[in-house]
Amino acid sequence: MAPTTLLDISEVHKFYASHHVLKGVSLQVPEGTVACLLGPSGSGKSTLLRCINHLESIDAGRITMDGTTLAYEERNGQMHQRPRTTVDRQRQDIGMVFQHFNLFPHYTVLQNITLAPSLLKKTSKAKATVRALELLEKVGLADKRNAYPSSLSGGQQQRVAIARALAMEPKVMLFDEPTSALDPELVGEVLKVMKDLAAGGMTMIVVTHEMSFAREVADSVVVMDAGIIIESGTPAEIFDNPQQERTRDFLRHVR
Amino acid sequence: MTNALLSQRQTALAGATDRVAAKRHPWRIVFGLLAAAVVVWGALNLWLNPALDHGTILKYLTAESILTGVKNTIVLAVIAMVIGTVGGYLVAVMRLSHNPVLRAIGFGYVALIRSIPLLVLILFMGNLALFWSRVDIVNPFNHAEVWAGWDMNDLVTPFIASILALAINEAAYMGEVIRSGLRSVDQGQREAATALGLGSRHTMSKVILPQAMRVILPPAGSQFVTMIKMTSLVSVIAGGDLLTEAQNIAATNLRTLELLVIASAWYLLVTGIATIGQSILEHRLERGQRRVSI
Ligand SMILES: Nc1ncnc2c1ncn2[C@@H]1O[C@H](COP(=O)(O)OP(=O)(O)OP(=O)(O)O)[C@@H](O)[C@H]1O
Ligand SMILES: [Mg+2]
Repeated sequence: MAPTTLLDISEVHKFYASHHVLKGVSLQVPEGTVACLLGPSGSGKSTLLRCINHLESIDAGRITMDGTTLAYEERNGQMHQRPRTTVDRQRQDIGMVFQHFNLFPHYTVLQNITLAPSLLKKTSKAKATVRALELLEKVGLADKRNAYPSSLSGGQQQRVAIARALAMEPKVMLFDEPTSALDPELVGEVLKVMKDLAAGGMTMIVVTHEMSFAREVADSVVVMDAGIIIESGTPAEIFDNPQQERTRDFLRHVR
Repeated sequence: MTNALLSQRQTALAGATDRVAAKRHPWRIVFGLLAAAVVVWGALNLWLNPALDHGTILKYLTAESILTGVKNTIVLAVIAMVIGTVGGYLVAVMRLSHNPVLRAIGFGYVALIRSIPLLVLILFMGNLALFWSRVDIVNPFNHAEVWAGWDMNDLVTPFIASILALAINEAAYMGEVIRSGLRSVDQGQREAATALGLGSRHTMSKVILPQAMRVILPPAGSQFVTMIKMTSLVSVIAGGDLLTEAQNIAATNLRTLELLVIASAWYLLVTGIATIGQSILEHRLERGQRRVSI
């Protein structure tokens, strides 16, 4: 039996002023699978991720998770934005990891991870700390719990950022070029954490230029260009036998 | 250089050849002595000026009304600063709002207040009774029955008027200080907090404001030091501050100069303490400075 679709993106359109950035994007991500999003710069990959957790509004289409429409609700045949508190609650189920980590510099590693759970989940501070230490163990940074982000390497910061997102127990994790800001020798440690996460059954959407990661970890590879998905399939289909000229073009350039 | 350092150097360089002699600065000493002499001469000249009656200064330096004035000056400065900071936060949030009307109001407030001299604002507040002689809370249905009412002069005493004027003025300046503090925080911080599901209130209080504080506190500290001195302007409406009290005494004993010296001494002390507090604060902030390296 095929796994159920966790995240269903359907015909999403997005404009920045007059610039049509997403032109009807549809994508299904089954529970427990990893979708890697590829495509040239400016094709709309980041925008698509940011629409999922409503860091950006959309102009048409809908995104549902577990059957619930995210950020919008239908009334009188039109989509209306949900109240901010509802959107914030929905965001708790969506973890996001940014290219530039965006750790909170005024908090220690541990505080970065426990901040959201101790404020938003009705768990005690002590329980949040226990969970945070487990996560730090998982990303291999238990000894850095009291360090401040500025004293960590980029790779360590990104692993903390992943732990921070995981602390909210999200149903899906979004990664926007998580290794693009890293020195080459630090990329591996972050990808390893992501591989472990995928192996543990986390549903993930990963925007990346790391082709070997996509080939090895992805269940599906999705290629975007100029605001549309031009091709998608298994890694083998996309990498070994791309159907679209633009996909071949793109893959030639990144190799 | 400390003696320990010097002797450590001597030992380390014991076998070295072509030792470089310490550089001498003969003119530094000459100019330094000259400048010091000028300062001492000037100070003595002021202090020993026959127009100045030292007995009066000593007599009134700690007079009860002067001490009350000092207390009032501090109370004025603190309350006006607190209200001004809260008001400034609102102004800053308005100016950064997505709502164009709020943005325009915030901008207009800052522009207006910054172009009105504080002295004029104080005079306005001191003469509020000319605008509205009474404040009455009236039954909104028949407009006849007065539930409660005050004479404006009882409601807004000179002291209250002083607080109002100083706070209204401060809100405009603190608004700019807080706005630039909020803007200094990287946009990615807000996005990371939002993505975690922190609401706008938590995002502001736990993520944005603590980081903005590093930028806000140093200028806010000097705003406060300035505020202490600006309170003296309320003496024009007899706001009860230090200068008001000093002038009251001077009006009876005609020792204007002596009482100005007394007032200055107290201002020196109070602003001095505030300045020391401010630099301790700044040092702490600098030590705690932590930046993400990306
Ligand atoms: N805030 C914004 N305002 C206006 N235009 C924007 C904004 N953000 C992105 N765009 C535009 O939208 C298009 C898609 O941008 P997006 O960042 O999604 O691309 P991307 O595929 O993530 O590219 P990259 O690989 O460079 O990160 C680009 O043309 C970009 O210039
Ligand atoms: Mg991008």
